[in-house]
Amino acid sequence: MDVNVDLTVIWAFIIAFAVFAYVVMDGFDLGIGILFPTFDVGSERDRAMNSIAPVWDGNETWLVLGGGGLFAAFPLAYAVILPATYPLIIAMLLGLVFRGVAFEYRWRDPGHRRYWDAAFTGGSLVAAMAQGMTLGALLQGIEVVDRSYAGSWFDWLTPYTLLTGLGTVAGYALLGATWLVWKLDGVSQHHARKLGKRAAWATLVLMGGVSLYNVFLNAEYAERWLTAPEIYFAAPVPILTAVVAVMLLRALSVDRHSKPFWLSLALFFFGMAGLGVTMWPYVVPPGLTIWDAAAPERSQIFMLVGVAITMPLIIGYTAWAYWVFRGKVADEGYH
Amino acid sequence: MFEQLDALLLARIQFAFTVSFHFIFPAFSIGLASYLAVLEGLWLKTGKQLYLDLFKYWLKIFAIAFAMGVVSGIVMSYQFGTNWSVFSDIAGPVIGPLMAYEVLTAFFLEAGFLGVMLFGMNKVGKKLHFAATLMVATGTFISAFWILSVNSWMQTPVGYEIGANGQYLPGESWWDIVFNPSFPYRLVHTVIAAYLTTAFVVGGVGAWHLLKDKANLHARKMFSMAMWMAAIVAPIQIFAGDMHGLNTLEHQPQKVMAMEGHFESHPDGAPLILFGIPNSEEKRVDYAIEIPKASSLILKHDLDAPLAGLDTIPDDEEPPVGIVFWSFRIMVGIGFAMLGIGAWSLFARFRKKLYEWPMLHRAALVMAPSGFVAVIAGWITTEVGRQPYVIYNLLRTADAASPLDAPAIAASLLAFVVVYFAVFGAGVWYILHLMHKPPHAGEYGVKRGDTGPIRTAGITPGPSQNPGDPDTLPSNHEEATDGR
Repeated sequence: MDVNVDLTVIWAFIIAFAVFAYVVMDGFDLGIGILFPTFDVGSERDRAMNSIAPVWDGNETWLVLGGGGLFAAFPLAYAVILPATYPLIIAMLLGLVFRGVAFEYRWRDPGHRRYWDAAFTGGSLVAAMAQGMTLGALLQGIEVVDRSYAGSWFDWLTPYTLLTGLGTVAGYALLGATWLVWKLDGVSQHHARKLGKRAAWATLVLMGGVSLYNVFLNAEYAERWLTAPEIYFAAPVPILTAVVAVMLLRALSVDRHSKPFWLSLALFFFGMAGLGVTMWPYVVPPGLTIWDAAAPERSQIFMLVGVAITMPLIIGYTAWAYWVFRGKVADEGYH
Repeated sequence: MFEQLDALLLARIQFAFTVSFHFIFPAFSIGLASYLAVLEGLWLKTGKQLYLDLFKYWLKIFAIAFAMGVVSGIVMSYQFGTNWSVFSDIAGPVIGPLMAYEVLTAFFLEAGFLGVMLFGMNKVGKKLHFAATLMVATGTFISAFWILSVNSWMQTPVGYEIGANGQYLPGESWWDIVFNPSFPYRLVHTVIAAYLTTAFVVGGVGAWHLLKDKANLHARKMFSMAMWMAAIVAPIQIFAGDMHGLNTLEHQPQKVMAMEGHFESHPDGAPLILFGIPNSEEKRVDYAIEIPKASSLILKHDLDAPLAGLDTIPDDEEPPVGIVFWSFRIMVGIGFAMLGIGAWSLFARFRKKLYEWPMLHRAALVMAPSGFVAVIAGWITTEVGRQPYVIYNLLRTADAASPLDAPAIAASLLAFVVVYFAVFGAGVWYILHLMHKPPHAGEYGVKRGDTGPIRTAGITPGPSQNPGDPDTLPSNHEEATDGR
């Protein structure tokens, strides 16, 4: 193992961190978008929107870091995954366009607010589904010949990718609902909690489905999860996931604040860990490992300096921005 | 073969369309963020309500423009991979890190402080809020820094090595790559262009309201500030543009040949073609109106200096002359029109008639969108002028595209066109609607419907509908009581 190998592993973790940060942070934004039609028109919708208005942009930036970081640290993976999932990526981007502008437009144009609310939901749903399906397309394997995508047009569309897409939608809805349990009160909080329970069950069922499917999808994945000695390292993931799931369902019944949200986050964390166990050391299964796709050492070091300096700052001021807008979203109409 | 060509052309059209649409918003928000910082700074320094009113007036517009810039920008960050995967693979090790730095040092900074800038004035107090505004403005500049470094490297690539797998790899020094030969010129020229674009939008809005009510103090102030910008910065921009042109002549001579319409070499002084119709088939400019030897004077500072023409360049390395020739003239023409407005405003100011001359106001109104046209024309000049290469003299555009079939790209292009015109058309309409309302005393900030900006739980209800009202500042700082 030379230095380059270690840097590549570090970069794999940095990208994984960016993706995780994106998934949970924009996850609750998108989840609120997905659940939006079930909220009462007026104060409930306005407060749900206002609970994320100051932070959604920062949350979405992690997607740019995930994509841009992949481009920089694993250019070959970036150059293979995006053409392979072309329609999904385009759909996601267009979904995010609608979702993003709806934050501003709905206030600018009360006469057409319901259309922008619909755009908010539609955009969020499409983006979430496309992201989940992209993950599924990656996990089921991408055909690569001569440093280039060699599969056909609709490789990304299979029952498996539909399952991962739905799982992501349900998971985001769970994050959105639990965020609102934290940020709202009164009747709206009760409503959010009810949605949270449904979303939690849907997420758990779909997560279980995807996990089982994984085992049948690829012999290598099965080996990793079901045979010794790998199983000793892998087994804690599903066990801890189950523990978190039970705690989450309980918390959704009793807690009035942030606990369900943090437990949903934990659920995503273990989902991500499971993903890591499944994929490692491939960045594009079945053929490209992280070392095959890695940028040269000079690029890795140059960027690592930047990450080491800026990441603590980014986390610091992002946390500050969340802190400024802490607490329940009040309904000014009552005062 | 023919199919490949189609897919390539579609991919190029898609990139040109999405990047042109995208750049309209940063061209505006880079300048506007700085303008907002200046307004807020003046408010803090002088305590004059007028500046706060103007700040809030433009903040609402900024919020919409920024959102459009963000969502159209994310498209760009993925489009390198979706449509130009060969380019991404080959050039990724060099330009990927620069773009990663843009995300780390600019996008997070802008996005992290934007929420506080838009909604946080009565939560964090005046000074911290001003700091947030400065961070957003700084972020827009840093973003321009990195992305222009990337673009400039693609125009004037240096400091790279070619790897065994065909990738371009970074050489010894990242400094050489970041500060490649065309970067300083392009950075200055582009950032000034953004400031001028914003100045003319602000000036146009001021002029619009002066035409309706020349006593409106808010309109007067914004018009006056914008005209100072035009008067001072337009000449600087023309100078910077000239420097940039000389740099291009040194590093990308065929681009300048196309800009000038010089199909033929001129051994003893090249003419400046003011107008004409480039005829690429016959390799000449029809109906040309020329100033003899003036091109040599501008480019070489010598009337008789020889200038090579496109006849010295192999046909398959020539950029499309017509597009570059025209877009360059549009940009330059607008630049001089801006200079004219600036000079006119100085004269009016000198005569103490700045707010009295409707003709000046009408001219400023007509010029309001001119910056956008000039900026896009300038980008077309430099990007089309680089063809047939995507990385100058290294990688041809035709060799850089993703292995996608034409119908897939045609479908996505159609989707982008429909969605962009609908969504950004609506956004521009909302911005125009806001601009149409006269700025007034006690201007509201970014208002959030009936709910108002979000508040910390447990504090005494206060008049937070109008953040920044002197009566409510600084805000309450009691701890939240929601049990965290």
